[in-house]
Amino acid sequence: MPLVRHRTASRLAAGLALSPALLVLVVVYLGCTAWTVWISLTSSRMLPNSTFVGLRQYASLMGNERWQVSVANLAVFGSLFLIASLALGFLLAVAIDQRVRAENTLRSIFLYPYSMSFIVTGLVWQWLLNPSFGIEKMVRDFGFPSFRFDWIVRQDMVIYTLVFAAVWHAAGLVMAIMLAGLRGIDEDIWKATRIDGLPPWRVYLSIVIPMLGASFATAAVLLATSVVRLYDLSVAMTNGGPGVASEVPAKFVMDHLFERGNLGLATAAATSMLITVAAVVAPWLVWQSRRTRRAHA
Amino acid sequence: MTAIATITPAITQPAGMRPRRLTPARIGIYAFLIVTALFFLAPLYVMLVTSLKPMEEIRLGAILALPRAPTLEPWVKAWSAACTGLRCDGISVGFANSVKILVPSVVASIAVGSLTGYALSFWKVRGAGLLFGALMIVAFVPYQIFIYPLVRVFAFAGINNSILGIVLIHTIFGLPTMTLLFRNYFASLPQELFKAARVDGAGFFRIFWSVMLPMATPMLIVAVILQVTGIWNDFILGLIFAGRENLPMTVQLNNIVNSTQGERAYNVDMAATILTALVPLAVYFASGRWFVRGIAAGAVKG
Repeated sequence: MPLVRHRTASRLAAGLALSPALLVLVVVYLGCTAWTVWISLTSSRMLPNSTFVGLRQYASLMGNERWQVSVANLAVFGSLFLIASLALGFLLAVAIDQRVRAENTLRSIFLYPYSMSFIVTGLVWQWLLNPSFGIEKMVRDFGFPSFRFDWIVRQDMVIYTLVFAAVWHAAGLVMAIMLAGLRGIDEDIWKATRIDGLPPWRVYLSIVIPMLGASFATAAVLLATSVVRLYDLSVAMTNGGPGVASEVPAKFVMDHLFERGNLGLATAAATSMLITVAAVVAPWLVWQSRRTRRAHA
Repeated sequence: MTAIATITPAITQPAGMRPRRLTPARIGIYAFLIVTALFFLAPLYVMLVTSLKPMEEIRLGAILALPRAPTLEPWVKAWSAACTGLRCDGISVGFANSVKILVPSVVASIAVGSLTGYALSFWKVRGAGLLFGALMIVAFVPYQIFIYPLVRVFAFAGINNSILGIVLIHTIFGLPTMTLLFRNYFASLPQELFKAARVDGAGFFRIFWSVMLPMATPMLIVAVILQVTGIWNDFILGLIFAGRENLPMTVQLNNIVNSTQGERAYNVDMAATILTALVPLAVYFASGRWFVRGIAAGAVKG
């Protein structure tokens, strides 16, 4: 029966078409993760070996000063970046949503940084924040000779300059997501609040923001994953300096893998990053799947 | 699943309250928008004017001032004579490398992603749901986890430090997003379409090529936008997998700017920076709302 053979051939083809994805999943995503976790449990230095040392690499990681700085930086950067981007992005979306003129132009202006790489972003801000040529020099020449804005060369402040650049890069993305959410809100809700005579700020605070929960969650997860991946920006803007003041975990891993030749420590750091991501993403995924299941029910 | 559908009606009509006349509140809104817009535009403006100034003017320090004696020399130098280490061939080398990496990577990642998405949405393959779910989860994992084993595997296979290697890497790491994009799109198409094609006797690849892919033109556009900007802007993968001879433009730019000895030519640096940003900026301004659609679709996982 040719039809049946034809069908079997198609089923086979479907399985075949999925084999690259399956291969990538098993070999790259699962296999490489397992390999990395395994190396982190050995005493590997320049070359991998299979001397099992338990969690000793993790212990020396926790005691490593540069790692401590990296983790602290990530926490500071991550929380400030998340809050600032979400707040600025939301405010921009709300402002644009007020039937303003030149909406398209404004949207393009707020979103264009997101199209550029972190390398470009980092280099531009490095230039703007350069104390001898950039903003500090400009304000001084303007008639404020004692003005100081040298954060990028100060160990205690440099991490905030990274936040600055990253918010500039990503706030437009939040705006786009929020604007889509705002435009999805039913016109009747606005009518109802107008009839009730609620002041606009109350409407936004107690009706609109809760309704945008999904948009906030999407934006937050998106930004949070880029926080853990933070690497290019630190490399381009400060190269981790001054000293180790703007080091981040991803850079710690890369440097220990390829420059310092300490595989055990690098993979222990990478595994710690994985655990952090899992702690952030897992609750969101559970929440998402519950939501979709409810929507389908 | 339905996420794209709920996000894409995106920019229809403003929903905010209808304005009366020019109230103080509206002036405040405009002031906020204009000030923020200036803050967002300032870096681009400063890059541009710096790149057109001779070094003597830059040493004076007025970063916001227009160039008094505008010159294109920094651009020429950035393109064809800027130095990375000992070689002074300009950023054009990186541009050529990036193009060589970009074109096959975009084609390969979209081809694999669309085929996977199609197979996952119409064909009842056992374990398909599990495969899809797993792909969505691993999309969040930072690259640092995979990099060392991948370098070893690639070195073993003899494709480390080659265009083929970096193309393969971009295809691998583009797979989750591309699959998600196409699976969601195909899932939103009517099942009858697929059934009719099957009744007509079309097989797996025939349906994909002549029915589904033409229907998926909007998603193809979104995927191209997403992959072109994403791959062009990549730094870490190119740095590790492309090899010294094929370093992409972003890596070369960083080398030019951050490893210069002696006095830095800021005007050349800024010209090189703009040149590197030009491709994604062109994609962004040419694609308009498609870009937003792209990030919204790529953003919503699951």
